[in-house]
Amino acid sequence: MSAIPLSPHRRRKRLMRYTKRDRTALTLMAGVPLLLSIAFVWLPALATVALSFFNWTGIGGFSDMKAAGFENYRIIFTIYPQFPPAIEHNLLWLGVFFFIPAPFGLFLAVQLNKQIRASRIYQSILFLPVVLSLALVGFMTELVFSPTQGLVNNLTGHAGQNNLIDWLGNPRLNIWAVLIMACWRQTGYVMILFLAGLKSVDPSLQEAASLDGANEWQAFRHVVWPALRPINIVVVVVTVIESLRAFDIVYIINQGTNGLQLLSTLITANIIGETSRIGFGSALATILLVISLAFVLPYVYTTFRKDNRS
Amino acid sequence: MTAATFTGGQASTEQGAAQARKKRRGSRPMRAFLHCFLIVTCVVWIAPVLYALYTSLRPYADTAVHGYVSVGGHYNLSNYTTAWNEADLPLYFKNSAIITIPALLITLWLASMAAFVVARHSFKLNLLMLMIFTAGNLLPQQAIITPLYKLYITIPLPASLSDSGHLDDSFLGLILIHVAFQTGFCVFVLSNFMRTVPVEITEAARVDGASEWRQYWQVVLPLCRPALAALATLEFTWIYNDFFWATVLMQTGSNRPITAALNNLTGQFFTDNNLISAASMIVALPTLVVFFALQRQFVSGLTLGANKG
Repeated sequence: MSAIPLSPHRRRKRLMRYTKRDRTALTLMAGVPLLLSIAFVWLPALATVALSFFNWTGIGGFSDMKAAGFENYRIIFTIYPQFPPAIEHNLLWLGVFFFIPAPFGLFLAVQLNKQIRASRIYQSILFLPVVLSLALVGFMTELVFSPTQGLVNNLTGHAGQNNLIDWLGNPRLNIWAVLIMACWRQTGYVMILFLAGLKSVDPSLQEAASLDGANEWQAFRHVVWPALRPINIVVVVVTVIESLRAFDIVYIINQGTNGLQLLSTLITANIIGETSRIGFGSALATILLVISLAFVLPYVYTTFRKDNRS
Repeated sequence: MTAATFTGGQASTEQGAAQARKKRRGSRPMRAFLHCFLIVTCVVWIAPVLYALYTSLRPYADTAVHGYVSVGGHYNLSNYTTAWNEADLPLYFKNSAIITIPALLITLWLASMAAFVVARHSFKLNLLMLMIFTAGNLLPQQAIITPLYKLYITIPLPASLSDSGHLDDSFLGLILIHVAFQTGFCVFVLSNFMRTVPVEITEAARVDGASEWRQYWQVVLPLCRPALAALATLEFTWIYNDFFWATVLMQTGSNRPITAALNNLTGQFFTDNNLISAASMIVALPTLVVFFALQRQFVSGLTLGANKG
């Protein structure tokens, strides 16, 4: 039977006529995944905020909960010694991700998008770290930056006892060793996203630009860059989210202590550490939640509102 | 200057276009310089992996004598057999399979159903649902872990499913959180993909009397095979690579999937970097298979999500 184009009016009328079975099916099909997402992601997110106003040790039941008002937050912002370095490291992570892997990934993508020989091989090599787990990148960090056995110290002649550089143990150096390896992985990720974006830029536009005498930079700045806008937004979101999620590499190295504190490791230490402090950990998590929602909600809102209009 | 001013002159003869293409690729010395730059970058990029591979092939005693960055001594697979046997790697691989495969299948199944409702129908709540799914996937795991951990140690499970008698420390618990967390991304990608399937196809099926379920299962889902393959590759890698959920929600060491288990093992068994390298290579193996055999699917999974962003 051929499909007859229906007027919008008739189509709407037809859509209203679901059988009872269809209605049940559709409700279940959307309802079950939605319920899971709400129960395991959004309710815990709300509970995080609620719990942050209580004192609660991990072992006790609900009867052990004591209202604490803003006490947890007061402690975090005034006397908790781990908080300033953690925030500092998260911001540093964000800044480095924004200023190194993002532009470098774009630069590599633009170069690889030119029709040069062996482009696929270059792409694959740069992309390799993206499939590796962040935990494995943590082990790699230990291998590469190990003081006596590592690649870096052995290559630069700093593996001897008299001029040893303790990359992982020195609290002023170790965050940089970690960031180098984090960038190693992030650059390939960003490059792949930009390459996909560049593929959708009409090559004839660039050709036209260069026929009109635009140099490479001008063609990029005025033709390619504006066309990459949707991808740029995705890269900004990925950069922010990955910096806030950063956890695995530092946890492998020293569980996020001694120069490697991050918000994520402080939260974890407060639930599975020796002293389980649910309320206090929740207050830290609420700070992380608020920062990430400040980026996520506007992104999701504008994406889908635009989607809806088109 | 805008793009419009550049495209204004439409004087692109065949010759001119060829010239422009050549210009875009750059002159000969420029291209040589570009290749040099890319080769150096790639050497730096692959160095850590090659270093780990090289170290893993040498016995500890040899590297102790010759140093780590050196040539000479023995090359064999003894580190691999030691890591495989002494660290119980087969057990942890099995744990990873028990968690990853069901989580992957359930995620794709649930996500494709939700995507079908969102993409093929115009209910008022669709937009809100998409936002809930997508935003949920973008939250940092650590922002929700505290109540989740409390929830997991409270919900009781029969002893056959969990060593602790609760949802924590159970395979089911890890599968559930992976499904709940990853469904968001898959709904987003699949609903974008399903929107590209022409309306007429399901209209025709409906006229023929197909129920909503049959339209989903027999009409739309088979057409989504490329997107499902891409997502399966991506999600397999992500779930297999998970470290955080398993570290916090699976406290019993012997139940951990391999990515998280390696962390305990380094403290317990491994004292030398050669052995850690070998174990890392073994753990990386499934993801390296993805890299060598399924790279196209992996990349298209990533970019399916990004392009519509």
